[in-house]
Amino acid sequence: MLAPSGKIDRRELTRALLTDRGGMLVIAGLGAPAWDITAVDDGPQNLPLWGGMGGAAMIGLGLALAQPSRRVLVLTGDGEMLMGIGSLATIAHQAPKNLAIVVQDNEHYGETGMQETATRHGTDLATMARGAGIKNTMLVTEAGDVAALVKAARESDGPFFGVVKVDAGNKPLVLPPREGAILQARMREHLMGPQAHLA
Amino acid sequence: MSHSTVETAPDAQADWPDGIYALLKQYSIRQVALVPDAGHSRLIKRCLADNELRVVTLTTEEEGIALMQGAWLGGERSVLLMQSSGVGNCINMLSLSSIHRTPMPMIVTMRGDFGEFNPAQVAMGQATQSVLEAMGTLVHRADRAEDVLPTVEASLKLAFNTFRPTATLIGQRVLGAKTFGKD
Repeated sequence: MLAPSGKIDRRELTRALLTDRGGMLVIAGLGAPAWDITAVDDGPQNLPLWGGMGGAAMIGLGLALAQPSRRVLVLTGDGEMLMGIGSLATIAHQAPKNLAIVVQDNEHYGETGMQETATRHGTDLATMARGAGIKNTMLVTEAGDVAALVKAARESDGPFFGVVKVDAGNKPLVLPPREGAILQARMREHLMGPQAHLA
Repeated sequence: MSHSTVETAPDAQADWPDGIYALLKQYSIRQVALVPDAGHSRLIKRCLADNELRVVTLTTEEEGIALMQGAWLGGERSVLLMQSSGVGNCINMLSLSSIHRTPMPMIVTMRGDFGEFNPAQVAMGQATQSVLEAMGTLVHRADRAEDVLPTVEASLKLAFNTFRPTATLIGQRVLGAKTFGKD
């Protein structure tokens, strides 16, 4: 679970979130979270994003409202979450019980040369989520707290918002399919069967 | 002369907003994303009163594009209501539709258009159709009240039958121009 730096390894965090996931659907923000869910457990229950920066949480909201019997996890990075930070107010207002958001906070823009984000300089995303009206939040800095985070993300009354401080080192790239039409169609077929393509 | 700065939909007696509501029901829309606009106020009231519609009030319009992506992933149809100024907030997020081939119908009430009073509305109002089209959106305008419903229906059909972003622009000639009491 720990990187050599002593911080939580983001891919191992992803593995903990997705192992024995049951019916949980996962939206992953562009960049590292998309590679991570693909490395750990690719399949039709995943939508790894190639674009739409700032939109991951809202995609999760639309999916959670459409599929109230399914758990929906949005796994994203601190830069992506900062870009769509207003959506936390929108999500608090809608209050979907089946939606969890977990931010892998490495305090950097990892895909563009490791420039520092605002979370490197004092911005606390969990506090921002509470300010937006999301009551169920968690900030994790120790590996020993990951199990509690996983349980909260999967089982607690949503919306849940968790932040995990992770090691900033890059992991081996594991790329999902680049054809977005396939990524969308496979999740729709998973949820609705072949009829999905006749809608 | 009135000095009220409260904006009201000038043609509040027109019945096309009720007709749009009926079209949303006819086309099985379940999620209605919006940033409020006076021109949509009557339609928004109808949607809020309907327990089968989930009205999602956004902090910025691009959230609505992402919401439509998620709704379609989960098998629900959605629509985005906004003012023309909000179209500019959607530009990059519209790439979600071309990435995944996702139906994304938008109903846009125009500002900066026919008889505008506020200089600040003109730049985005005049650019609205161009930027939507630049992002692959099929755009239809309605500049007469009787054209609104056929145009909205065409945009809904195009979005859901051909899997792309579509927009109906409801012109200020239909809506009337906000005057800040200076007319």
